[in-house]
Amino acid sequence: MSQENKSAGIPLPNIFDRPANTVTLTINDIPVTVNRNSTILEAATKAGVHIPTLCHLALDGFDIHSETSSCRVCVVEVEGRPRLVTSCSEKVVEGMVVRTDSPRAIRGRRTNLELLLSNHPRACLTCAKNLDCELQKLARDMSIREITYKGERKRFDIEYSSRAIIKDPDKCIMCRRCETMCNDVQTVHVLSALGRGFDSVVGPAFHADLGETTCTFCGQCVAVCPTAALTEVNETSRVWRALHDEKKHVVVQVAPAVRVAIGEMFGMAPGSISTGKIATALRRLGFDAVFDTNWGADLTVVEEASELVSRIQNGGPMPILTSCCPAWVNFIESQFPDMLHIPSTSKSPMIMLGAMAKSYYAQERGIDPDSIVVVSIMPCLAKKAEAARPELSKDENQNVDIVISTREFGHMLQEIGIDFPNLVESDFDSLMGESTGASIIFGTTGGVIEAACRTAYEILMEQPLERVELTQLRGLEGIRSGTVMFGDTPIRIGIAHGLGNARRLLEGLRSGEYEFEAIEIMACPGGCIGGGGQPYHHGDMEVLQDRQRALYREDRNTPLRKSHENPMIRRIYDEFLGTPYGEKAHELLHTHYTAREKI
Amino acid sequence: MSHLELDMSILEPGLLAELDAYIESLPDPQGSIIAVLHKAQELNGYLPRELQLYVARRTGLPTAKINGIVTFYSFFSEVPSGVYTISVCTGTACFVKGAQEVLDRFREELKLEEDEPMTEDGLFSINDVRCIGACGLAPVVRVNERIFGHVKPDQVSEIIAQHRKEAADAS
Ligand code: SF4
Ligand code: SF4
Ligand code: SF4
Ligand code: FES
Ligand code: FES
Repeated sequence: MSQENKSAGIPLPNIFDRPANTVTLTINDIPVTVNRNSTILEAATKAGVHIPTLCHLALDGFDIHSETSSCRVCVVEVEGRPRLVTSCSEKVVEGMVVRTDSPRAIRGRRTNLELLLSNHPRACLTCAKNLDCELQKLARDMSIREITYKGERKRFDIEYSSRAIIKDPDKCIMCRRCETMCNDVQTVHVLSALGRGFDSVVGPAFHADLGETTCTFCGQCVAVCPTAALTEVNETSRVWRALHDEKKHVVVQVAPAVRVAIGEMFGMAPGSISTGKIATALRRLGFDAVFDTNWGADLTVVEEASELVSRIQNGGPMPILTSCCPAWVNFIESQFPDMLHIPSTSKSPMIMLGAMAKSYYAQERGIDPDSIVVVSIMPCLAKKAEAARPELSKDENQNVDIVISTREFGHMLQEIGIDFPNLVESDFDSLMGESTGASIIFGTTGGVIEAACRTAYEILMEQPLERVELTQLRGLEGIRSGTVMFGDTPIRIGIAHGLGNARRLLEGLRSGEYEFEAIEIMACPGGCIGGGGQPYHHGDMEVLQDRQRALYREDRNTPLRKSHENPMIRRIYDEFLGTPYGEKAHELLHTHYTAREKI
Repeated sequence: MSHLELDMSILEPGLLAELDAYIESLPDPQGSIIAVLHKAQELNGYLPRELQLYVARRTGLPTAKINGIVTFYSFFSEVPSGVYTISVCTGTACFVKGAQEVLDRFREELKLEEDEPMTEDGLFSINDVRCIGACGLAPVVRVNERIFGHVKPDQVSEIIAQHRKEAADAS
């Protein structure tokens, strides 16, 4: 088995000294031992040799891999092989001699990159991905100063119509990462390579607008697109306009997952908690009231837990499904139209806060609801589409007016030169700014249902829950289950994140393979910490784990950890809403779902 | 920007029944999707979006995937094609030598708007294609398998007439 090693003519350690499932090779003369199934790229990383990549995507820990090997910017020279090989796909073999730094390898990579660039609009100055683009970074890293090939430039229309995602196919480099996310991970299957040769791009069937398809606006395609072929619809100018309009009272709210990610855009370590800095920054931007979506999450928990208890007491329908993730709602409406009776009817925290801002808050402060503009800062692109849903409105006034992503928020701060890391901390405004630890963990997979259990337990059992950390529900596996004992009654809980996992869980439910009393589903891998509107992680999954740990840390450091103990939530029921899950709550805080047939 | 208007009623029930029977006869329709699409095109002449959507629903494959296959293989067509398909090369060499004028003249003579695929009598359809590897003859026009080189706009009516006559003689 080691015959060919000898012919390679390099000294190797005795292969019997190490486990048989490893392989030793050299990369630029550096010996490295790796698992047998590794690629040259993985071996190079281990050896500390950087090889540029573009199409390749490996989200380890989530088992997400995109391996089309289409860009060929990762080619290297392997001794004895007539052609350069793509290091992202080529497996290592014993005794392999790899050079990434030979003139031939360097020239090969440059040529392949130049070919891609020859067919790419040179629009970096005004591009949505300027300084955040993997293609641009490669051009810089490889010192491209001039593009010798003059290819034909494709011409496609830019599609804005969905209110959430912009498709600019001229910037597509056909890496097909988005297809991996949409088809394999999310199992929504709206994207495919269309056409052939120079004319080919990735898009929905018939080049339809995304809104005409079953696209859920989860934004996971945007999260992995290396260029600006897929980006979010930018709403920052609408926010500026509202802020500059004296007649408007502009209210802002921030989702839980934003506070553990925004710092990354300003060089802070992933997992830094920026809650207090965010409140200060929002006041600097000129918002009239600075509220916390966490408060909305506490309200959602009280409604959803009351709904769960009511379903337990009234014999169903079981299980209850959480409904705060709008991409998940879009998914169930088009993929499981026969199951629309099981999701909770509670509106999402963002929508609840908006609805309360335009009713309760308006009444308290004596402000005309029509002059209030509610802006939401969200880790999510589906929230943009959710805000535009006609049923989430009152008297033709949308509950939430404008949604911007974490990234857009960061860009607004950069635009006016706010030194974010050095801001002093401040609190959110009272009335809708206080929150509990339960609401903070809404930002991670497992958090919503843990928060709901903390409250449902106390409503049903009429006694305090001693151990609030329901660790049996935590983790990052795609489908999890755990049981929470409500006295003698086991409440079986299912959790899925990523829509492919959600599909599997729902199919299991339908076939009787699974039985649960309650289910939490989040569309994005990891939950909102991995949302399509978060600062780009560029394939580094450690970042998501840091964000998740930060949320649990913040929960632990918060004095109140059960949503129904939030004094401001108690107050709104006493003064305005009446009983949880009661008549007024139904009118303002609940919604309904519609089966949708699309392509 | 496309606005999808799909009208499933354009699909003939008889044709669909025949297609259904074919699909049912296959042990693995998803694995034989190319054959299914061939059958659909054979029955209908071409593959309009509605028919692609029908095949997607019937086989359980994503519509995007079906459309990807149909647009990838040159033997599938999303638009009806005439007895004669006039392909005007608009590759760089042909473009420089005036392919656009030739293309415009064909459209003018055949009274075809840019998004109209085929003449009313079903005789001609036009498309512009990328370099067909005959740059020395630029500008190049291909009618089915027949190549015409160094084509001038004034020769267009003659080319059309020649094929009209050929068709008339054949019938
Ligand atoms: S996608 Fe990247 S390379 Fe292309 S124009 Fe935008 S910044 Fe430049
Ligand atoms: S937003 Fe989600 S569902 Fe829509 S195309 Fe992208 S990955 Fe697919
Ligand atoms: S849209 Fe983006 S992710 Fe999808 S293939 Fe094109 S460049 Fe890659
Ligand atoms: S990164 Fe290896 S081929 Fe694209
Ligand atoms: S450009 Fe027309 S044949 Fe080459």
